[in-house]
Amino acid sequence: MTDPVYVTDALIAEDIDAYLAGHEKKSLLRFITCGSVDDGKSTLIGRLLYDSKMIFEDQLAALEADSKRVGTQGQEIDFALLVDGLAAEREQGITIDVAYRFFTTEKRKFIVADTPGHEQYTRNMITGASTADLAVILIDARKGVLTQTRRHSFLAHLIGIRHIVLAVNKMDLVGYDKAVFERILLSYRAFASEIGITHFTAIPISGFKGDNITALSANMPWFTGPTLIEHLENVEIGAAADEARPFRMPVQWVNRPNLDFRGFSGQLAGGKVRPGDAVRILPSGKTTTVDRIVTLDGDLDEAAAGQSVTLTLADEVDCSRGDVIAAADNPPEAADRFEATLVWMADEAMIPGRAYWLKLATQSVSATVQAPKYEINVNTLDHLAAKTLELNGIGVVELATDRPIVFEAYADNRTLGGFILIDKLTNATVAAGMLHFSLRRAQNVHWQASDISREMRANLKNQKPALLWFTGLSGSGKSTIANLVEKKLHRMNRHSFLLDGDNVRHGLSRDLGFTEADRIENIRRVGEVAKLMTDAGLIVITAFISPFRAEREMVRSMLPEGEFIEVFIDTPLEEAERRDVKGLYKKARAGQLKNFTGIDSPYEAPENPEIRIDTTAMSPESAADLIVERLLG
Amino acid sequence: MTDTLTHLDRLEAESIHIMREVMADAAKPVMLYSVGKDSAVMLHLARKAFYPSPPPFPLLHVDTTWKFKAMYELRDRMAAESGMELIVHQNPEAKARGINPFDHGPLHTDMWKTEGLKQALDLHGFDVAFGGARRDEEKSRAKERIFSFRTASHGWDPKKQRPELWNLYNARKAKGESIRVFPISNWTELDIWQYIARENIPIVPLYFAARRPTVERDGLLLMVDDERFPLKEGEVPTLRSVRFRTLGCYPLTGAVESEAATLSEVIQEMLLTTTSERQGRIIDKDGGDASMEKKKQEGYF
Repeated sequence: MTDPVYVTDALIAEDIDAYLAGHEKKSLLRFITCGSVDDGKSTLIGRLLYDSKMIFEDQLAALEADSKRVGTQGQEIDFALLVDGLAAEREQGITIDVAYRFFTTEKRKFIVADTPGHEQYTRNMITGASTADLAVILIDARKGVLTQTRRHSFLAHLIGIRHIVLAVNKMDLVGYDKAVFERILLSYRAFASEIGITHFTAIPISGFKGDNITALSANMPWFTGPTLIEHLENVEIGAAADEARPFRMPVQWVNRPNLDFRGFSGQLAGGKVRPGDAVRILPSGKTTTVDRIVTLDGDLDEAAAGQSVTLTLADEVDCSRGDVIAAADNPPEAADRFEATLVWMADEAMIPGRAYWLKLATQSVSATVQAPKYEINVNTLDHLAAKTLELNGIGVVELATDRPIVFEAYADNRTLGGFILIDKLTNATVAAGMLHFSLRRAQNVHWQASDISREMRANLKNQKPALLWFTGLSGSGKSTIANLVEKKLHRMNRHSFLLDGDNVRHGLSRDLGFTEADRIENIRRVGEVAKLMTDAGLIVITAFISPFRAEREMVRSMLPEGEFIEVFIDTPLEEAERRDVKGLYKKARAGQLKNFTGIDSPYEAPENPEIRIDTTAMSPESAADLIVERLLG
Repeated sequence: MTDTLTHLDRLEAESIHIMREVMADAAKPVMLYSVGKDSAVMLHLARKAFYPSPPPFPLLHVDTTWKFKAMYELRDRMAAESGMELIVHQNPEAKARGINPFDHGPLHTDMWKTEGLKQALDLHGFDVAFGGARRDEEKSRAKERIFSFRTASHGWDPKKQRPELWNLYNARKAKGESIRVFPISNWTELDIWQYIARENIPIVPLYFAARRPTVERDGLLLMVDDERFPLKEGEVPTLRSVRFRTLGCYPLTGAVESEAATLSEVIQEMLLTTTSERQGRIIDKDGGDASMEKKKQEGYF
């Protein structure tokens, strides 16, 4: 077999235009390589770059010098040095993130996601695999199928990679023995079918020596192919399958250059679309037809999955970012409760009940996650009971969004089934998830429209409803001041209701304890009750420690803008502890009370409260006056 | 092959998707425009992404006053053609102190480019800046995210970068923080050239070979672009047929001897060449092996 690289070289030199014409038509395959530190993964990638001439002379010279200085291959070139990027990791000898590499062969262009093999592996591998069409799972021929092989295969399968390549590496170190290869093949096949991988391609290679990478190896005449490159060049990418699905386009941006043009820009997440096609806008369900497919290069007759276009519609229908334009006769559903697989990616563990931002396609909503139904041990694939998910934990969870989102099962559509969770305070991406199905169809739970509106109820009371949310340490004076505020309001003929922390614990939240999760649930319930009361037209006063910013923000987001008034009763810990009205600090210091705010559980002070009361500088009476004045003034 | 879309189609669609995603969360985005070939492609993609609207952000050129004349010409022409506002920022302190590449070495890049960029972003309150960096350019860039987060002081912490899954980008940020977005991360040098050819994108003529006045200094061929070039004793500018593989400040950018005067010839030469793209730039060589990573932590791209 002729080495494809040299054919290419000759063509470039002799007829560049013919080469470019051919190159322009090449397709793109994205793949990931999975393996641990010793499997020779970096060496393999370095080899692929080297063999496809993606390494230039100056880089090669640097590589040769580096190989002698810090390489692990003696006087020979250490290809691994080519792909270890950051200074920190070169010093530590580990790779710490996902790196992307590029190379081209005669038939295809490739993007390789290179992920490292240490403890943060799951997070990095899931990230790299999320955009991959194919996974190369490396096995050290001397060691055979190991725990890590199972983990890599499971993760690749979990993220929906259709093509698995089992690269049995370091064949040079086992004498290119056919029996070794076949033994590994047999044991991998048994395991693969167990987790649902029905098809894979096994190739015996040596990344270090270059056997069966670009050309069939003379050292393994018993192997008839394909070589690794040959396989990568010919595997089906799946674009045809994406195009065969029903049409979907999440709207990214409304294009409005002037009053005469209103277009909807997005990237097709499935199917094809032509002018004249009947479409449905979701979640509203309105139908219309596509008028034009607009691009800078002129209108198109058709657009297919993967293309970024701008559509105009025949009718003036409501449509904005987050909506999905879909085939009218085969639209996706909308729901607000789901089962999903979640991969936790943050150092801080998942907090059941806490609200996170959920981003799916172009939709952003607030979502809460329940404690996992079970966690999956990625090494044994056992299902374990779990209360939360830690960094790199994978579990099956139920989640609820604050409004219905348009979705499909991840298995049917990666774009409409894959999502990330974002911490509302740090803005960090904390998890990736894949939707399985909706737990009940949100469209079947209707809001019962009542004829009397919240405005009418409030008008009757001659007041503007509001929620005065007191927050502060235990013993800061919340209940005292809240009580005074309510008395003043009552004297002024205002209809109010005081929800007190201790009182709620006797009824509404009797079943809850004081763990982080229970405290969050307690606040959620109080928030919901307070919201109903403001709907009834009342001025609601709550007095809860409510130590976490995220939950206070959650309640704020439940209410109409301006109705949530955060009142920070600012008493320093020393002062509150000195007062110790209920003797709780003493108990907490003695270790008799667990999770006590300020002692062994944090208090996150408000950053921009509407009202701040410094109790060391103001009496409860004047504090109450100030609050009433701010509320009514 | 049954694929409808070629690799260039896919890269184009991805870049357009990225630019439109930015518009969802950005308060005041800007596109950094360096007038090089990567900037040219990025600008072209922006025009495609928002057509028929003009791109909904201005172009920012962080100028050093030492760019090639031909670059200033193309810059002004492209700004006019795209209908976008062009903001040119020159670090006033560097200007006052007369910082130049001949006398001040690395300080030139640091003050005009690194400091100049931070100043311009702060001055206008831009929270998202599009940059034309590619992952194939240099090793530390292979790990760069498409959405790269910077602290309020423009610092880059490799450990604080967010995982990027599928095509879902988390562009949320706290007040004062900013994001650098690299929509052509996944393009290679060959992709850039081929796309320029396919789309007929105007680029600075310096990329094509022509006879230009040059002197050889420290192993680099430098072009004498204007009278500010201080010739050393015995140095006489010689007309050589040269072209440039990257463009920056003319006293810092090495030319290669070449006869490649058309796009096809340039691509041919690039494919058959044996040295990497950034080799002609002095900037990578300061501070040894990890110099680009260090510059990035300081706020340079």
